[in-house]
Amino acid sequence: MRNLFANVFYEEAKKDERLCIVVADISPAGSMEKLRKEYPERFVNTGVAEQIMIGMCAGMAMRGLRPFAYTIATFTLFRPYEFVRDDLCYQGLPVTIVGVGGGVTYSTLGGTHHAMEDVAIACAMPGMSVIAPCDPEEAKAATQYLVKQDKGPVYLRLGKAGEPVLGSAASKPFEFGKLRMLKEGNDACILGYGPILKMAMQAAEGKSVAVASVHTLKPLDKDGIAKILSRYPRVVVVEEMVPHGGLGNMVKALAFECGARCKITALSLKHEFVHVYGSHEQLLAAHGLSAAAIQKALDG
Amino acid sequence: MSSLPKAAPAQRFDAAESRRRCLKYRRRILDVSQRVSALHIAPAFSCLEMTDVIYHALKRPADAFVMSKGHGCVSQYVILEDLGVMPSAEIERYCTPQGVLGAHPDLGTPGIEASTGSLGHGLGIGVGMAYAEKLHRNGLQVYVVLSDGELQEGSTWEAAQMAANLGLANLLLFVDLNDFGGLERISEHHPAVFPVLEKWRSFGWEAAEVNGHDAAAIHAAVGARKGGKPFVLVGKTVKGRGVSYMEHVPIWHYRSPNKEEYAKALAELKEIGS
Repeated sequence: MRNLFANVFYEEAKKDERLCIVVADISPAGSMEKLRKEYPERFVNTGVAEQIMIGMCAGMAMRGLRPFAYTIATFTLFRPYEFVRDDLCYQGLPVTIVGVGGGVTYSTLGGTHHAMEDVAIACAMPGMSVIAPCDPEEAKAATQYLVKQDKGPVYLRLGKAGEPVLGSAASKPFEFGKLRMLKEGNDACILGYGPILKMAMQAAEGKSVAVASVHTLKPLDKDGIAKILSRYPRVVVVEEMVPHGGLGNMVKALAFECGARCKITALSLKHEFVHVYGSHEQLLAAHGLSAAAIQKALDG
Repeated sequence: MSSLPKAAPAQRFDAAESRRRCLKYRRRILDVSQRVSALHIAPAFSCLEMTDVIYHALKRPADAFVMSKGHGCVSQYVILEDLGVMPSAEIERYCTPQGVLGAHPDLGTPGIEASTGSLGHGLGIGVGMAYAEKLHRNGLQVYVVLSDGELQEGSTWEAAQMAANLGLANLLLFVDLNDFGGLERISEHHPAVFPVLEKWRSFGWEAAEVNGHDAAAIHAAVGARKGGKPFVLVGKTVKGRGVSYMEHVPIWHYRSPNKEEYAKALAELKEIGS
């Protein structure tokens, strides 16, 4: 996912000299290293300084460039929060903030490196759009969209490297603001975003259960979700985010607004810091998230 | 990187005209103060001469200006009005729902290039602007006015480091060193903010200090810079300069004068030479 972003960005940056990347002391992997070598002026490292990473991006965007801020998800939003809010959102600037390691991806690094509430915070900011691709193909398509858009700030939540492709059977490609069916089915539908949809696909395997990637959290595809709420008797929301202010809350609110009669179960990270170290899957399990937990929700 | 001009082309500068303008601007600001309850008069008066020199003698139309101390923006508004950029009608509608101007500047209102108000943001934005213009290789400059309170913001020093690391010789910063925050005298209660000039030099900037109400000295100091580095001019100023009862009195950071105070202020305002 991270590498697909870098590859697409590098290819597009060759064609559009306005594209720049501003990182805060994160090692440039893959094509990002090529960009750095070939266009050193368009790769800026602010060092361990996230406020200036965002502030600089604002100034660069105001003078005609298209900067992407890029670092570990916690440090793109939490540390420089007010800079994202005032400099980017309040001024409506076309800057993409790329947060790598959304959720508990950095599973051995502890709570300081877990972006557990990033989507809620990003969605709460007026003027901010939020995209969280589920696999490398969506990450690629989202990046292709982002290098061209100039409407305003966007938070792009990425995982890490090596995620599997989940949408090989999807009938439609990524489209900003529209959910995407990864798998069709009739009995139930799983809604989610990000790499955790791998567990959703596992839980749905061999069953007539649909899986939808709600990759654009803001603006939310309300029509698309409303259709799912009216079609399926059973809807499970799964997200690698705290329960407050996430997709689970948004789907339930929408269900109330449109009078949906389906049963909804929302699975998320716990609303607490979990002092566990291990693999990504082990961290998710410590939060109660697994393919088995999703299956249980489907059956319940 | 292309070599950038070390300064804007010399523009005609008449210090006597600047003094006359600043008297007119102070009167206009007092005039506006009679329509709102809070105006930030004193911080606008302290940076007035520096802002006047930037707009009238340094900044070319395509250069950028950021009022990082957003609460000083009424000084910017009256100058922009004088330059014909800001419609007088907007000044009349200041802080009302019928107008577009508030007590902090907003991007998109006439002549305003950045939204500020929260302190410690303007220099970072200025660094990004200056870096963009450096990449564009067009010789454009970026002017930023900073309050001394913003020297207490960590983000200011993140921006200061990056400006030097990136060699932004097209970035010119003016620090309004009036020695007062909203609450108290900085040198007395926060002495570690000082020495100011040495801090900037140790961060890789070219730095100079002048009387921030002496327009001729401000202009000369900018003209005398060596170039090759970001430049900071520390202007030693008086908060509320020009109205005796406002000078060095913290309450005038926010307050607007009542009718009697307004009359007294108008009566004692005169041209400020230094």
